[in-house]
Amino acid sequence: MFAEFLQFLFSGITLGATYALVGLGFSIIYNASHVINFAQGEFVMLGGMGTVFFLGLGLPMPIAILAAIALTTLFGFGLEKLAIAPARGASVVTLIIITIGASIVMRGLAQVFWGKEFHAVPAFSGDEPINIAGATILPQSLWVLGVTVLLVFALRYFFDKTMMGKAIIATSLNRDAALLMGINVKLVLFISFGLSAALGAIAGILVAPITLTNFEAGIMLGLKGFCAAILGGLGNGMGAVAGGMIVGIAEAMGAGYWVSEYKDAVAFILILLVLFFKPSGLFGKTGTERV
Amino acid sequence: MMMNLKSAKTGGILVLCAVIAILPAFLSNAFQYEIAILIGFNAIVCIGLNLLIGYGGQISLGHGAFVGLGAYGSAILTMNQGWDPLLSMVIAAIFTGILAFVIARPILKLKGHYLAMATLGMGIIISIVINTEDQLTGGPDGMYVDGLSFMATQIYWYWLVGALLVFSVWASLNLIHSPIGRALRAVHGSEVAAEVVGVDTTQYKVLIFVVSAVFASIVGSFGVYYSNFVTPDIAGFFHSIELVVMVVFGGMASTFGAVIGAAILTTLPQFLTFLHDYEHLVFGLILMLTMIFLPKGLVPSIAGLLKKGDK
Amino acid sequence: MTSRHNQVKKTVAALGMVAGAMAFGATTSDAADPIKIGTFLSVTGPASFLGDPELKTLELYIEELNANGGVLGRQVELIQYDVGVDSKKAITAVKRLVSQDEVDVIVGGSTSGATMAVIPIVEKSQVPFISLAGAVAIVEPVKKWTFKTPHTDKMACGKIFEDLQARGLNDIAMISGTGGFGKSMKGQCEKLAPAYKINIKASESYGPKDTDMTAQLTKIKGIDGVQAVVNAGFGQGPAIVTKNYRQLGMTAPLYQSHGVASKKYIDLAGEAAEGVRLPAAALLVADMLPDSDPQKAVVQTYTKAYSEAYGGSVSTFGGHAYDGLQIAVAAITRAGSTDKAAVRDEIEKTSGYIGTGGVVNMTPEDHLGLDLSAFKMLEIKNGNWSIVK
Repeated sequence: MFAEFLQFLFSGITLGATYALVGLGFSIIYNASHVINFAQGEFVMLGGMGTVFFLGLGLPMPIAILAAIALTTLFGFGLEKLAIAPARGASVVTLIIITIGASIVMRGLAQVFWGKEFHAVPAFSGDEPINIAGATILPQSLWVLGVTVLLVFALRYFFDKTMMGKAIIATSLNRDAALLMGINVKLVLFISFGLSAALGAIAGILVAPITLTNFEAGIMLGLKGFCAAILGGLGNGMGAVAGGMIVGIAEAMGAGYWVSEYKDAVAFILILLVLFFKPSGLFGKTGTERV
Repeated sequence: MMMNLKSAKTGGILVLCAVIAILPAFLSNAFQYEIAILIGFNAIVCIGLNLLIGYGGQISLGHGAFVGLGAYGSAILTMNQGWDPLLSMVIAAIFTGILAFVIARPILKLKGHYLAMATLGMGIIISIVINTEDQLTGGPDGMYVDGLSFMATQIYWYWLVGALLVFSVWASLNLIHSPIGRALRAVHGSEVAAEVVGVDTTQYKVLIFVVSAVFASIVGSFGVYYSNFVTPDIAGFFHSIELVVMVVFGGMASTFGAVIGAAILTTLPQFLTFLHDYEHLVFGLILMLTMIFLPKGLVPSIAGLLKKGDK
Repeated sequence: MTSRHNQVKKTVAALGMVAGAMAFGATTSDAADPIKIGTFLSVTGPASFLGDPELKTLELYIEELNANGGVLGRQVELIQYDVGVDSKKAITAVKRLVSQDEVDVIVGGSTSGATMAVIPIVEKSQVPFISLAGAVAIVEPVKKWTFKTPHTDKMACGKIFEDLQARGLNDIAMISGTGGFGKSMKGQCEKLAPAYKINIKASESYGPKDTDMTAQLTKIKGIDGVQAVVNAGFGQGPAIVTKNYRQLGMTAPLYQSHGVASKKYIDLAGEAAEGVRLPAAALLVADMLPDSDPQKAVVQTYTKAYSEAYGGSVSTFGGHAYDGLQIAVAAITRAGSTDKAAVRDEIEKTSGYIGTGGVVNMTPEDHLGLDLSAFKMLEIKNGNWSIVK
């Protein structure tokens, strides 16, 4: 009994950590630009598929991973420079559709250059499962958890202690004031998109050995990450991490103790329930709207 | 001013009637009729959705679910229960309307991205239910549905959809120019301000949400009777997104924009099939470029340009 | 000098007229119109596993046909639409193939769901249709215009149960995809189980895009006395099932269907695939066949051609497309025209055709024409297929 529970929990926290990273990506872009980036899932896909591509070129694993992160970051920069910046001032719905267009383009590019097949990425340290009290966990899951924890702390440091991090926070709080204070808002936007793309890519690379990857692998991950970000309260980074964990664990428990067919629904049922009672997420600020 | 609006309205409807009347001269086979009919169906859903997005200022990323409810409601009632197709359609529409009404209040309390998430979540849940309850719905493979016996040929369908489209445009334009429409525009402009001057914003938002859901449900039902087949994709996330994209591409807050957006984005993928692997890439690029350079959508942007030209 | 100049002029003019006449002829004469073969495949989406090699095979062999002068002296043109895994898209594509492109024959339909959805249209428009999908319902009951090349799910169940009996295993659990093939195979296995004294103790399912099946497998693991697990499904799903199966330390024999009969499955599942058994066509083990096997030459030639053109290894799915195309082309040749009724009759008369799937003998009662002998039970050993003796 307990072994089963533990097994579901292991599944849940692995998924949850991935959702948390994707959700963080949503938060960072939202904070800097108030754009919901529907291409966030595609960053995840580019990370996984990029690693497959660079490994195929014969590069050693660590180099291939770095190259994939760099490539995805370039896409993040490109998205900001070529699509978001020129559309400044457009309505929220228009911006959402631009990012949806971008996601279709990125999937299209991946399909044309890398094909439609599914690919496996070798696990970082083998496939031998580790036994814990009757349940098993893959070494790769430990990588997912470890890297996520590390990144969360690194980001905290970045936003609390570095000039650039503080500039991003300032811009998110009040763009005009930040501009007046001499913050280079353009650069802040540019950096945020790159940072968020890199986070997405890392998430994609970490889970690819567990879930396999292809050019469409980012769609569901993107949506679940969006769930995580909203659940935790948009723009609240730590909220997104908590949101991701809650969604992942709820999903795994739902599949285990309820019906497995409905596990994808669990995240969305949860989010509706939360929003009905707390309209700005679990940890979101309930502010007054300005007229 | 009033005169101007009126004439633009009648003029637009006359042009639409003329296009529908003349189009068959250019349609040479069943497939081309098929596309024309699909345009009609999509346009009607988009007109309803445009009321919500364009005039109500409320985004819905789950409208495909309402189309799906109409489609599957009709399919299940006619095929599994043996009911009359038209009765099934009405029951499905009433059911969809009630469901929309029940969820409208908590959902429409939400703002901006939270509303987007909630409608998206609602749509995905409905689509997962349709996918999973395969005893009832046929699961991912979809289900076969008998057609309407009196709609013997495709040409009948063409004229029926054409008539429905004209009616929908007319109804939408009338609603917009009624007191309800003015209240809605006030909601769109600033909800808080509208409330201050005594407009019950929630009531109007709920009303428009339900109306657009019923529009979608009826189209879903007709669509099923026309194509004799329904798959869960109709209720899925991508269909919902597609519908929003049609509205915004054509131009928000423009009834004819919704029609033109539906027409272009229904036809475009069929033209792009020759590109094979590059199809999706090119479609995405066209979508992005249009929204970057014409952020208000095709019809309002072009109308704006024409006005500038006049001066 | 002048006269010679005139002569040249005359010759040029005459040549021009001949060329013009030929060009004119080409646009009007039926004999020179291309033969149109239509196809709709799951080139993208969760079934791209199937659709991708199918399309590549069709393209490769139609190119070859044309290089060798075409069929009946006419070029062959392939018209293809990608339908993902949406049956509704398949319907639109087939309507387009039939009424807009006016194809002579349709060879396609990667998934059982898409195939079943388009059958009413195919039958109504009376176009010969050779499906590449697995479910037995496609040809049972027989539909006049519909044929298929792959082994059925019913045959897969039979083959797996035979093997289970031989190993003395009776109590099994099933885990199936919710898509057409998985659902259909699950149903067929349940129907067939009593005849083989097999007892299905548990049945779990997963969606076509699921990426984690540990929950379902943990439930199966918790049931006492399960001696083997059968996975009905195609695409990446079974690869993840296989990985999760090993991750949970489950040791009962795992059986897959012919829905994973591609090297890609072994690549994706990696070491976890060791020891997995599945029924599949001889194509996968071309080089291991005894020389006496009538299929050996056919499958070796196909394997060579496909690998040379696209690199990588073959799958039985490409093989199904190869068989479908060959059967269609042979029927058109025998019919001597593209008259649809004549071509249909000739497809039905296909007999003794040695293809990648086995020896095909169709009859008016059997629109598949394969028997269980065409199926080999394979086991994955050292990252490769091997034949279970």
